[in-house]
Amino acid sequence: MFDRRLLQYFDWGLLLLILVIMGVGLLTLYSAVASDTNPAEMRLYYKQLTWFGTGLVAMIICFFPHYHLLDRWVWVVYAVGLFLLILVLLVGKKISGSVRWLSLGPFTYQPSEFAKLAIMVVLAHHYSQNIRTGGLGLIDLLKPFIYMSIPFVLVFMEPDLGTGLLVLLIGGAMTLFVGIGRRTMAWLAALCAAIGPLAWFYVLKPYQKERIFTFLDPDRDPLGAGYHIIQSKIAIGSGMLTGKGYLEGSQKSLAFLPEQHTDFIFSVFAEEWGLAGSLVLLFLFLMLIIWGLNIAYRSRDPFGALLAIGVTSMIFWQVFINVGMVMGLMPVVGVPLPLVSYGGSSVLTIMMGLGLLLNISMRRFLFE
Amino acid sequence: MSDITSREVWTEWCKQRVTYAMLLMAVAFGVLALRLVYLQVLQGDRLHRLSENNAIRLESLDPTRGLILDSGGVILADNRPRFDICLVPRDAKPRETILPLLACLLGMDQKEIEDKIGKAASFQPVLIKDDVGRDVLGIVEARRYELPGVVVRVKPQRHFPGKGTTAHIVGYLSEISLDELRSSQYPNRKSGDFIGKYGIEKEFEPYLAGKHGGRQVEADARGRTVRIMDTVFPEPGNNVYLTLDMDLQKKAEELLEGRAGALVAMEAQTGKILAMVSSPSYDPNLFVDGMTRKQWNELVKDPDNPLENKAIHGGYAPGSIYKMITAMAGLENGVLTQHTQYNCPGRLKFGDRYFRCWKHYGHGTLEVTEAIAQSCDVFFYKVGLDVGVDKIAEFARGCGLGQVTGLGLGNESPGVVPDKAWKQKVYNKPWYQGETLSVAIGQGANLVTPLQMARFAAAIGNGGALYQSMLVDRVEDPEGILVEKFTPKMVGELPVSPENLELIREGMWGAVNGPRGTARGICPSDLDISGKTGTAQVVGRKDRDKFMNELSDKIMFQDHAWFIAYAPRENCQIAVAVFIKNGEHGTACAPLARDLIEAYMDEKKEILPGTVASREQAKNGD
Repeated sequence: MFDRRLLQYFDWGLLLLILVIMGVGLLTLYSAVASDTNPAEMRLYYKQLTWFGTGLVAMIICFFPHYHLLDRWVWVVYAVGLFLLILVLLVGKKISGSVRWLSLGPFTYQPSEFAKLAIMVVLAHHYSQNIRTGGLGLIDLLKPFIYMSIPFVLVFMEPDLGTGLLVLLIGGAMTLFVGIGRRTMAWLAALCAAIGPLAWFYVLKPYQKERIFTFLDPDRDPLGAGYHIIQSKIAIGSGMLTGKGYLEGSQKSLAFLPEQHTDFIFSVFAEEWGLAGSLVLLFLFLMLIIWGLNIAYRSRDPFGALLAIGVTSMIFWQVFINVGMVMGLMPVVGVPLPLVSYGGSSVLTIMMGLGLLLNISMRRFLFE
Repeated sequence: MSDITSREVWTEWCKQRVTYAMLLMAVAFGVLALRLVYLQVLQGDRLHRLSENNAIRLESLDPTRGLILDSGGVILADNRPRFDICLVPRDAKPRETILPLLACLLGMDQKEIEDKIGKAASFQPVLIKDDVGRDVLGIVEARRYELPGVVVRVKPQRHFPGKGTTAHIVGYLSEISLDELRSSQYPNRKSGDFIGKYGIEKEFEPYLAGKHGGRQVEADARGRTVRIMDTVFPEPGNNVYLTLDMDLQKKAEELLEGRAGALVAMEAQTGKILAMVSSPSYDPNLFVDGMTRKQWNELVKDPDNPLENKAIHGGYAPGSIYKMITAMAGLENGVLTQHTQYNCPGRLKFGDRYFRCWKHYGHGTLEVTEAIAQSCDVFFYKVGLDVGVDKIAEFARGCGLGQVTGLGLGNESPGVVPDKAWKQKVYNKPWYQGETLSVAIGQGANLVTPLQMARFAAAIGNGGALYQSMLVDRVEDPEGILVEKFTPKMVGELPVSPENLELIREGMWGAVNGPRGTARGICPSDLDISGKTGTAQVVGRKDRDKFMNELSDKIMFQDHAWFIAYAPRENCQIAVAVFIKNGEHGTACAPLARDLIEAYMDEKKEILPGTVASREQAKNGD
């Protein structure tokens, strides 16, 4: 099953890049949890180490079998994804108002993370057989729309807005990559223009509108999201050109930053490493993404290419939304920074995705 | 099918798409990089300065908690300003003169203050003494110039002007616990907040609490606010009006003074609670202001359990007030008619055992109305035997026993209505006929609450309608605009025909007004009270004698006393249940019910002429 020749095509460069980003992630997480205000937080660091270990194993598992197996077993993957999403709604663990976690002994897992992978595989399978060089038409979009809607609705019910949006954004990115015809684009735009105002005036209740406003403009919530963003901007800005130095961040040490080990970890990094460090980290992520696109380009077949695009778009969206959010460019939504934010499910998903990238990359020269 | 027909087409197509994607990525990351430059270079100096002393802070603005009032607007729970004396260590210079002076003014030890400040020389005010009185506050304020660094913090503190009178109903607040914080029941609460823990304060928490506000402020290097950036004003809580009549409530408390028990008065035609007192009571202010360990121990170790609301928590054997239910079961099942007569020789032989009547020499021959008035045990033993325990239980449930009355306060006990199935379930034993005799006169395993019995009396008084007992009349917002109005709700009817109910009413009238009634002579006839006494054995007579010899704490085993009443007989307005723990005999309760009903009727009389007068005044004004 496993061909020895494969090793000589192994993408060492990509692996190195991944390991470097993981290293940066661990350093930053250490700084974020090692504040003396709450020593108990240190356990998060060790937990993350365990998750990284688990993630590497998952990466290897995703890397050995030929990725065509996914194409063949696509509906099993999708069904498992949906099953887990339904399971979590039924027996999930409730933490601060949402049911997102399945308990596995001391660890908890968010099935919504797996849904991201499932939607990639399904769309890669579907589009690989339905590419239109002139762009997709309205009818072509119907099935992908249904594939995306089911997991989105299930994730949305938990509720986990951030991950739900990611499912849509990943699917959307893959669809755009395949291309939508000009006329179809116009139709879609017209449809949105027609439905949007109708929904706004007749369907949404005032409190829902207020929520959307607050989502788009955190300043409307000066005691919650607005305050977090101000503190985050102060942390980032105060890093200035070269930063305050590792473990020297003052905002984070006084716990002024909310969720500093998860969603706001970039602020901790930017405060300590300044513009120079932040640009380096962004560049590392950009390299990872370009690498992913390159793998898609070099891939031997449409399925592999589209799968690579899916993984790459997931990484892109998470970086873009997370970094944009902590800098006050994006709405406040809980999306983790890949391999840097604390969070086992997220680490696992990203690593599995990267395993697939390595998988596709390595097999690009082989004939079947 | 796909348009991709060959490798060349695919490669060409893919190259084009990937190129686009890469360009997009470059643009997206360019935007992020520009934003970084903006924050860290262009805004860097400003943001760095703000970060230096963590200048942007969030201050919480607490809402004012809603009031709890009686039906006439008498305040039962409000908020008073609380003054805390704090010290900002860094500003307190020189300490050698400030600390001794402050200690002297506050009546504290200087050492105590030093311990509180510790070594820290921070800008954060340290609490020195909380909740000082106005006198102390005055002295501190007067010498403020000698006390740099001393800060007075004002906070609203819950206050119960009614003290113990309404303690069991209004309830109390105390600090939110960790478990409560973790549960999603109290969103937007933080540790240190006070929440309703008992009574109306707890059940109406969402109405009373209001909404927290807060503001973002910019502080200078010394921690003082230099600029308020953004404010979200707190929303005060709503006011809850109870159905209680504070005058009656006070009267009821007075009447029960010195005894352990409960008194419930209910508007007979609506189910509204006019008064509900459990005695002894406690001062709910202790829970808010804090109490000493000794005070706490006194509360929890008191054998009369002041914290318990005996009107609804405790289930007690009803004794003879249960006889109306046995009578109903007999009358409705045809084993008893208006003219059925039984002879009472003072005891009834059943099996090899004698069941005694409370009247040793017997009541002679009786019909049902007289049996109720004179509370003959033997008569009801016989009815009970004829009708059977399951029928009695069925009628008890029909009269609202064995279930909560829907008061809406926590921990309302449903009581126990024993029958064959119940015994099988709880004890896994068959029912013995002898037990039916006990149940028929309200002994045995029956447990009822004073509130249930008040509602039962109201239903007999008003002609058969069982109302949901009602404690809250309405909720108004701080401007007085109605938020929610609660309406009386009829939840059932006594399972008895009007004719048979009339027999029972006749009997209860006779108990108070008849020549041989068990409660005769308790009241002047113009009040037109009907009622029924009850005496519930705490332990069986044999056991009791044994305990009485062995134990020093004899009062524990004395009988409980009951009296339920309603008035007037026609067009009934008020129903009352009085329960006195270890009160020996029902007649001990009867005068209490009479005094309360009298107070209620007097109040009504006062109001009626008053309204006429004011109407006339209005006319004259025209």
